[in-house]
Amino acid sequence: MGRIKKVLGSSVVLFLALASPGWTETKDSCVSCHSTLDGALGRPAKDFGSDVHHQAGLICSDCHGGNPEDDSMDAMSPAKGFRGAPAKAKVPEFCGKCHSDGSYMRRYNPKLRTDQLSQYATSVHGQRLKKGDTKVAACVDCHGVHNILAVSDSRAPVYPTNVADTCARCHSDSHSMAEYKIPTDQAAHYQKSVHATILTDGDTSAPTCTTCHGNHGATPPGLTSVANVCGTCHVFFAQLFQKSPHGAAFEEMGLPGCVQCHSNHEILKPSDEWVGVGSKSVCITCHVEGDAGYAAAQKISEDLAKLNQSQQQAENILATAERTGMEVSSARLELSQSNEAIVKARVAVHTLDPAEVGKLTDPGLKSSAKAYEAGTAALHESNLRRKGLGLSLIFIVMAIAGLALKIREMESKPRP
Amino acid sequence: MKNSTDARASGPPVARRWVNFLLGGGVLASLASFLYPAFRYIIPPSVPESTSRSVVAAKVNELKRNSSKIFQFGSKPALLIRTANDEYKAISAVCTHLSCTVQYREDLHQVWCACHNGLYDAEGRNISGPPPRPLEVFDVHVQGEDIIAARKA
Amino acid sequence: MPGLLAGLTQWLDDRFGAAALQEFLRHKTIPLHRHTIWYYFGGMTLFLFVIQVLTGILLLLYYRPTPNDAFESVQYVMTQVRFGWLIRSVHSWSANLMIFTASVHMFSVYFLKAYRKPRELTWVTGMFLFFIVLGFGFTGYLLPWNTLAYFATKVGTQMGGSIPGVGKWLLMFLRGGDEVTGATLTRFFGFHVAVLPGLATIMLAAHLLLVQRLGMSVPPSIEARIAEGREKSTIMPFFPNFLLRDMIGWYAALGALGALAAIFPWELGTKADPFAPAPAGIRPEWYFLFMFQTLKLLPSKVLFLDGEFAGILGFSLAGMVWVAVPFIDRQVGFSRVTRIFTGLGVFALGYIVLMSALVFK
Repeated sequence: MGRIKKVLGSSVVLFLALASPGWTETKDSCVSCHSTLDGALGRPAKDFGSDVHHQAGLICSDCHGGNPEDDSMDAMSPAKGFRGAPAKAKVPEFCGKCHSDGSYMRRYNPKLRTDQLSQYATSVHGQRLKKGDTKVAACVDCHGVHNILAVSDSRAPVYPTNVADTCARCHSDSHSMAEYKIPTDQAAHYQKSVHATILTDGDTSAPTCTTCHGNHGATPPGLTSVANVCGTCHVFFAQLFQKSPHGAAFEEMGLPGCVQCHSNHEILKPSDEWVGVGSKSVCITCHVEGDAGYAAAQKISEDLAKLNQSQQQAENILATAERTGMEVSSARLELSQSNEAIVKARVAVHTLDPAEVGKLTDPGLKSSAKAYEAGTAALHESNLRRKGLGLSLIFIVMAIAGLALKIREMESKPRP
Repeated sequence: MKNSTDARASGPPVARRWVNFLLGGGVLASLASFLYPAFRYIIPPSVPESTSRSVVAAKVNELKRNSSKIFQFGSKPALLIRTANDEYKAISAVCTHLSCTVQYREDLHQVWCACHNGLYDAEGRNISGPPPRPLEVFDVHVQGEDIIAARKA
Repeated sequence: MPGLLAGLTQWLDDRFGAAALQEFLRHKTIPLHRHTIWYYFGGMTLFLFVIQVLTGILLLLYYRPTPNDAFESVQYVMTQVRFGWLIRSVHSWSANLMIFTASVHMFSVYFLKAYRKPRELTWVTGMFLFFIVLGFGFTGYLLPWNTLAYFATKVGTQMGGSIPGVGKWLLMFLRGGDEVTGATLTRFFGFHVAVLPGLATIMLAAHLLLVQRLGMSVPPSIEARIAEGREKSTIMPFFPNFLLRDMIGWYAALGALGALAAIFPWELGTKADPFAPAPAGIRPEWYFLFMFQTLKLLPSKVLFLDGEFAGILGFSLAGMVWVAVPFIDRQVGFSRVTRIFTGLGVFALGYIVLMSALVFK
């Protein structure tokens, strides 16, 4: 009897232990109480299941203090170490207590950086927060509070494809941005850009807000650093630009480098028409007829147009030849060199030097001319065939004439 | 038994000879002009296979170690690399960014595109810069003196 | 030379009994009247068929019937093989020319009533040959595996699938699966170079045997005139008179084919991509256009039948009646009933021409 009681008793205890709410195996009074509450008090308990900190094995008291084994309200006694929810201005330090501690973070994820707090201090957000503006973004505004997901999780607000929407939550809100007197159209412009298109097409290395502005140290790049920022990916363009007449001139004039022609947020796919003196050209924004820049722009765009046209002509004739079944693979190889010349010339445009562009377009023209010639030769081959045809037709006519005459000869004599 | 090609034909013998010449000559000549192309046709061309599936990239010992060669594969350029470890790799030389022709950099042991600084490794994997996809990799076989690159099945 | 020829003939006769065959051929005659010209078209079709076999065998030396290689192998023939362009273009042009001359032959036989007793079976075997020739055209068209061919085959085999009951089975049989794939190509290749040539050989043997046994038919209108004494019955020996004239026609056809191959080479097109959408304006080859246009014009439902099926049913029934004409038009001589059948033939021909033209509107 006694043994049965013992077995029954321990199974009851076991059962109770196992039946404690959802995701904790050890006793956690925070969760068992807060999960029964509604609204804002209950949400943390419900959200925390998916949180990356929970996955790492942390519980409420690891951040908020308090006693998870105490079922009474005494568990939240400040005297006993309860820290509660931090005020907005204290949020960065709250998170930074662990996330800036290298030796602590190493126990969970050695790869994670620990400079977020110091970076944040340099940011516009961080500095304003220090001055008392609680409207600005702090850790929880971008990362979430109790359902924080890893950056590599595609559902996270800070996953590359979601970043622009997260920033836009405040920065596109004209009401909340009114007092800062900053524009609220950046996100809308960005969505039209070629960077946004590449990002949504799946290349997560494509730039979004944080790529150019920084994430924790978010600050718009200064005028002089724009070219550097763009230049981290667009290496050749930035290098050539800095060395070009525009490099020094833009700095002198206080113009924002690349942004002057390419815009900062609504960066569109450029076309060859942006160069030159036509209606879509960016050069004529500043240059007028008669000045050196105008002449250079004109020459460069003429060279580009010539090469494009030559390329297109060769492409057309080779396509015709191919469709009729002629062999033009070597010509196509030649034409690919001309294509390469166009690509390189478009980079060289940023030197603003017609001579530099010409160094690339001239051999390109030679290649496309050669390809065109090969295409015409292929089509001319059919002429050779006609000559051969003509010869065999002569023989055929001879044979037909012979047959006809033979018939006449046979049938002109009296029939038997 | 009267035969239609009797000696008792109409017209002077000279005319008959001309007609026979025209007929015989015409038929033989036209037959030759039909058979000649047929005979040339059945002899295989010097390139026995279409070059769009496989091609002879180089001869054995043509390349030094850690060097490369551009060869024509179909209508596009391709790159044959003899690595420092004496392995042959054949990849498409058409950059996946904007189709410039890539080159093997002996100093970097990597494949580089001069147009926008794209980088690939010797297996064609895109490592840095704009290229969005790896380069197409071909099978390499050594057949006697020839190194053959073939499209993967 | 004559002595050598006579010696050879004797040698063959001792073994094959060829002398009897020679005697028979020597006595073959062709009636001469104003419709004699139509007698050339049967031989012309046969000549073009021989051209197809010869050029087809040459193409077989290089062609590869798999989706990976088919297009490339045709391109190889067109660009690398010496005179490959000639062989391939002649094969494609001659195919079309042959279907044209076969149609002319069929309609001329119909309008001249040559299908009447005792030539009913000649007509039937001829019709089977015609269907085989259309089969050659349909299967051969896919073999270059270019975009036009791929989608034309897709649409064409789709029509077979709309027949209730056997439709699904027929579609699977034709396509070698649910969709047009490499399996379809393999199958069509097998039909084109083995099955259809075998069937054609048998039908052709029967057809030619009957023609030789029964001789050339004289149209009833001419027979009537001869009976009334308004015309004399004249004949021409087949060998050598008619044969020499035949040869003029054949040489002219060779010249035409060479000219077409050199001046209007058959296009290679672009390699078929099964995942690309069908290009606009897809349509079958000209000899199927009238069926294509009819199906386009039919409403989605005809009485209680599905529109497409109704169209196919209609053509099948018309085809069967057409094949059975000798057993329906059984009268002798020329009369009013003859004119009714002529009228039906004119309607059929007119319908085909009109429907084909409408595709281009």
